[in-house]
Amino acid sequence: MKNKVNFFINEEPVELYVDANRTMLNIIRDDLCLIGTKEGCGAGECGACTIIADGKPLNACLVLAPELDGMHITTVEGLAKDGELSELQKQFIKHSALQCGFCTPGFLMSGTALLQENPNPSREEIKTAIVGNLCRCTGYVRIIEAIEETAEVLRGGGQ
Amino acid sequence: MELEYVGKSYDRKDAMMKVTGTAEYVDDLRFARMLYAACVRSPYAHARILSIDTSEAMKLPGVKCVITGDEYPNRAGLYLEDRYFMAKVGDTAKYMGEAVAAVAAETPEIARQACDLVKVEYEELPAVTNAIDGMKPDAPIIHPDLHTYKVAPIFYPEKGTNISHHYILRKGDAEKAFAEADYIFENQFYIPHVQHVPLEPHAAIAKYEANGKLTVWASCQSPYAVRQALSVAFAIPLNKIRVIAPTVGGGFGSKAGTTLEGIVIPLAKHCQGRPVKLVYTREDEFVNAYVRQGMHAKIKAGVRKDGKITALHNEFIWDGGAYTEYGVNITKAGGWASAGPYDIDNVWTDSYCVYTNHPVGGPYRGFGMCEIHFAIEQNMDIIAEKVGLTPVEIRRLNGIRPGGFTGMGEKMEVAGLLDCIDVVVKEMEYDKPSAPAGPHKIRAKGIAAGWKSPSMPSNAGSSAILRMNEDGTFFLLSSAQEIGQGASTVLVQIAAEVLSVSPDTITFCAGDTDYTPYEWQTVASRTTYCAGNAVKLAAENLIDKVLDLAQIKMGAVKRDLEFRDGFVVHKLYPERKLPISDFALGVSFDDGSGYGGPAIGVGSFTLENNIKTDKNTGVAKHHPAAFWTMGMNGCEVEIDTDTGACKVLKMVSCFDAGKVINPTLFAAQSEGAMVQALGTALLEELKLKNGKVLNKSFMDYKIPTADDIPELVAKYVEHAEPTGPYGARGVGEPLMVPGAPCIANAIYNAIGVRFYKMPITSEDILKALKEKEMRL
Repeated sequence: MKNKVNFFINEEPVELYVDANRTMLNIIRDDLCLIGTKEGCGAGECGACTIIADGKPLNACLVLAPELDGMHITTVEGLAKDGELSELQKQFIKHSALQCGFCTPGFLMSGTALLQENPNPSREEIKTAIVGNLCRCTGYVRIIEAIEETAEVLRGGGQ
Repeated sequence: MELEYVGKSYDRKDAMMKVTGTAEYVDDLRFARMLYAACVRSPYAHARILSIDTSEAMKLPGVKCVITGDEYPNRAGLYLEDRYFMAKVGDTAKYMGEAVAAVAAETPEIARQACDLVKVEYEELPAVTNAIDGMKPDAPIIHPDLHTYKVAPIFYPEKGTNISHHYILRKGDAEKAFAEADYIFENQFYIPHVQHVPLEPHAAIAKYEANGKLTVWASCQSPYAVRQALSVAFAIPLNKIRVIAPTVGGGFGSKAGTTLEGIVIPLAKHCQGRPVKLVYTREDEFVNAYVRQGMHAKIKAGVRKDGKITALHNEFIWDGGAYTEYGVNITKAGGWASAGPYDIDNVWTDSYCVYTNHPVGGPYRGFGMCEIHFAIEQNMDIIAEKVGLTPVEIRRLNGIRPGGFTGMGEKMEVAGLLDCIDVVVKEMEYDKPSAPAGPHKIRAKGIAAGWKSPSMPSNAGSSAILRMNEDGTFFLLSSAQEIGQGASTVLVQIAAEVLSVSPDTITFCAGDTDYTPYEWQTVASRTTYCAGNAVKLAAENLIDKVLDLAQIKMGAVKRDLEFRDGFVVHKLYPERKLPISDFALGVSFDDGSGYGGPAIGVGSFTLENNIKTDKNTGVAKHHPAAFWTMGMNGCEVEIDTDTGACKVLKMVSCFDAGKVINPTLFAAQSEGAMVQALGTALLEELKLKNGKVLNKSFMDYKIPTADDIPELVAKYVEHAEPTGPYGARGVGEPLMVPGAPCIANAIYNAIGVRFYKMPITSEDILKALKEKEMRL
């Protein structure tokens, strides 16, 4: 028995028939072939599969496929617009806020969701926003700095 | 000479692919008609496999193939060939979780279902679950045929025991020195198993072509070492195996050897050209990938009244787990470095690698150094307190200097340890006490030093190829793997410096044994040094060949020509120049003839005179180590006396990097290393009970999060390594070495309680504080 789901992924409408026991992560990676969203644990504990669903960061491995219906999903592939990186992506490069890169899409999504909701986050608020994302390489400090500077740049741009 | 590209913070070469989510890791690769694998695993720590019945599993619709240990003709292993990739019927499964059968099926779900249908009959055997017990004469013997295994000639397994290597170091006359010492200190430490936790789980895909060619895509640090192990295990000639390592999501040593690649190959062999993929779960990572070996350390130190250490007697017993093909070298490395970065005349060390029925021990960032330094560096503070020196003073007094000698008797030409001490003392304001903390909080500072050398075979080679394109851009081919450490960026910067072209014009190509040249392994913090030297040689070779052509074309003497900013330039008449691209395809002459193209440079690097130490004394005849990287950490902690929580407020690192190729990448390595060390000091332990891993998820095995990090200060000094490219030496692992003892020393300075094991958890601290209160 397959469930019909209609949703938007990176602003593109999608219609799929999905098994109810599959996860959003499976759908994104295997059906839509958006491989930027990673599986690090499959249990909602590492944040590598973080996507933005209706404005909120979410571990895609914890969401069952039928729940996708009606959602607006953004994955890492949706951050750059018309070939131009988002400010946060640029700042990740500038700050060298990545090493092996496997956790990077998840951090970008958590950081993007934070800045959409709170354009002027404190360092503590940034830490809270990314505390569900594990990174083994960087020691986090450059990731935090990249999010901080992105907030500064975006605020400056709005003035 | 002013350097143009080395020593500058270029953006990472791999950053664009990684921030856009387009970098492809093994699990991201999709092939037509791909099959998925799953493993049947031993539920016992030690058991004889009496029989395996795969018939029910084969009947499940969607199952294509089920294999058992019969598929493995030969044992393989990096230094000691002690393992098949799967336990065989009639033989024993040697740890809980060892693969005993595997399935390939149309979906991962079917493969897992089929595993449940494989019937395995076991006879449970007594297990060795502690390395010290494993050395006792009545211990169950895990590898009865150990003495028949093929082993590299620098390791010495002991027949009829669980000891797969006994490293011996006997420098000077320790017995006499102890007799003359004013003080003798004896302390014991325990370092538990931990796991590397790369965020990308291990993954591999294997595919057989009709012509017998085998291709393996593996999340691995060392495609050539994987190729070698697979060739031995399956008796396949090297020209019939191609190993490709695409983007690798972190290794820290766990992807240094060969793990699950050996499972997918026989499955693929039986599946007629269909690719077979296996991806480890996080649970697999904790149990079936490498873990860092546990270690029991005893240190006895003889000390003069003034604090000079005159004698050491060390015993290190390593819990190597079920297979020690790699672990034997960690045991050796720990023995090599057992004096720490100190100049001590008399050193007696025994370092034992012991088989246990635990998960397989393997290399983890630091390669034994994090473990031994947890003991060495706490011991230094214990001695300092007793003789009335500060932790800084005792390290300045004993610290190795240029012209000094290592524990192995090797003369140090370069040693920046004392400079690193100065930098850390200044950055930490170590001379000043901590600022007062809030109520029920105590703050204190601590320091620790550390060092490491690569521990690698003397023929561990590196090679590189540089191809110039028609437009004067380049491809740099190397099999030094980008595992996040920044190798691709650093190697390109080295090539750019030699060629005097922008790093933007060089594309780095890695990790394909059919097309990128030989690299022994991406381990040992050897890449910047070894692969860097190969790249430098390749660039010099290309220049040499192009200048041969340029002197004809430009009517000049070769020695007067050089590469400068994309041109071949006459040094004396700089206006006489031609773009380097003019020589990409050789030179052509007015009569239409051509000569000498296309431009390609090759570089091969083998460390010379890397002579092994004496078997019986371990003492160096010359330089057994390529280089020693040394430095220091300082930290400040805050203990909550109500909860026992230890918060690290600040950590400072300073290392002698020789020459920093990319300061930003150096700092990033340093920060990551400090936080990884913090995790082992305060949080991480693989909890084992009767051979079973109890905490095999992130819920139960905590690594540091953004909430745990202190203020991080990454410093360096530069005393050039004479044989390093531009004076560089490796740093990735050494940077992690002093972190855990530094935190342990700060905790002692805060509460006056010494912890002889890690991690030092809140519970440990609270319990210690309560006990201390009761004593008062």
